[in-house]
Amino acid sequence: MTETLHNLYIGFSVALAPNVLLYAFVGCIVGTLVGVLPGIGPLAGISLLLPASFGLDATSAIVLLAGIYYGAMYGGSTTSILMRIPGEAASVMTCIDGYEMTRKGRAGPALAIAAIGSYVAGTVSIVGLMLLAPPLASFALRFGPPEYFALLLLGLLVLAYMSGGSMLKSLAMAALGLLLGMIGIDPMTGFFRFSYGLVELGDGIGVVPVAVGLFGLSEILLTAGQPTAPEVKKPRLKDLLPSAEEWRDSIWPIGRGTVLGFFIGIIPGSAHIIASFVSYAVERRLARHPERFGHGAIEGVAGPESANNSATSGAFVPMLALGLPSGPIPAVMIAAMMVHGISPGPLLISQQPELFWGFIASMYVGNVMLLILNLPLVGIFVNILRVPYPLLYLAILVFCVL
Amino acid sequence: MTSDRLSASILVLFALLVILESRHLPLGTFRQPGPAYVPVLLASLLLIFGVLLMLTAGRAPALSSVRWTEWHHALAILAACVFAVFAIERLGYRLTVLFMLAFLLKVVEKRGWALSLVFASTLAFGSYFLFYTILRVPLPQGPWGF
Repeated sequence: MTETLHNLYIGFSVALAPNVLLYAFVGCIVGTLVGVLPGIGPLAGISLLLPASFGLDATSAIVLLAGIYYGAMYGGSTTSILMRIPGEAASVMTCIDGYEMTRKGRAGPALAIAAIGSYVAGTVSIVGLMLLAPPLASFALRFGPPEYFALLLLGLLVLAYMSGGSMLKSLAMAALGLLLGMIGIDPMTGFFRFSYGLVELGDGIGVVPVAVGLFGLSEILLTAGQPTAPEVKKPRLKDLLPSAEEWRDSIWPIGRGTVLGFFIGIIPGSAHIIASFVSYAVERRLARHPERFGHGAIEGVAGPESANNSATSGAFVPMLALGLPSGPIPAVMIAAMMVHGISPGPLLISQQPELFWGFIASMYVGNVMLLILNLPLVGIFVNILRVPYPLLYLAILVFCVL
Repeated sequence: MTSDRLSASILVLFALLVILESRHLPLGTFRQPGPAYVPVLLASLLLIFGVLLMLTAGRAPALSSVRWTEWHHALAILAACVFAVFAIERLGYRLTVLFMLAFLLKVVEKRGWALSLVFASTLAFGSYFLFYTILRVPLPQGPWGF
């Protein structure tokens, strides 16, 4: 425990350095915007900004990208509650009761509980990440190639099972993805595979162009021609305070959402999305009056919003401790670390303690920033939705070109 | 023909192409796999999944029922991206982005000349300043120093 606290002290000394603090702030702002804007999820946001992180040092780059990830979870709730438009997929469940609360004039408390629940879940789940990742990494040091092969295979199979749609299609896409990874030089024999004499293909197909094309450009193509978002109802700052009853009804859903979200986050799959769905189902099942759900029950906001934030920290456990992505977002973040010459895995914590503990500490700092950003500045973020989509998608396209 | 059957057919063709192309590389054995071993294994798996998808694709919506009214938007965006790929090293980042955005705004989104040019140049030069000057991301320069 003393060692953990000492390491955390080192982490805070890294995270509170002005440049790291600045990138955490930028990540949180961009993440909130990504969450607020429908059509751009955290995955697209991280993929698009990945090239911008190349000029930074490794810690700042990871802090920036992680800020976008959990910032999007905060921002996603705003449009769900105020306009019934989920800014990103994990906020779909928040639309149901959040928007009903807005219609009843309780938008302020819904936004406040979503932000506070996200903050509590985010902070508590970081404690989980901090305590679970180091022992898991020590255990994984005993792994050899067969264990890693088995773990990766298991990860792909669970991912295919958890992805929701057809398992056959998921497995076919996994095989296609692995095949694309075969292009370029074979590290075992030195043969060039499927490169046809092209120097660009000799190095293989990078994760960044694939991520930008698959998640960035595809979002633009899917939403091309979309009209401007409808009218926005903005609550005033003084209306944000929840009533005593709303506080009472939210405490347990926030607690349950935090625990559920963290453990679902560790399992491969779209953790933050699944976590919010499971949390909503659990809250509805446990409620004394389940008929209130769908008509503005604050538990339907508190639980899912806490769960999706907690899941982001959970997803970092296998990424940092084992070097295994539990979903597409950690996969892109692993790619970002590899660009900076860092191999995430069991040796990361012992060889790069400043990076690991700095990252952990920056998440604490980022959660405080997001709480401050999301409550008083909610009106400003919502105004972004007034920008006509034809102008917005062109700005996103510029990030794809980068 | 359903949409799933069409997608599965493309996957099957791709898998067959990989197997065909792998003939140029040594296959090796199970204990000593060559450079073609894993690609052939993966392509065989893709082939199996593709065939299974074709067999079970009957319940998917018919290809003729799929409507995408915004296809001209998507086509223009893709064409602009292809232009960017070929032009960026020759014209440089700023001019490429300027032309691409001006084309999309004026021709596709039917906005006025003034708005198109102001928006395109602001974004092209502004993003260059942010990423090249401040964040130090290497971006291609054009032949005229742009």
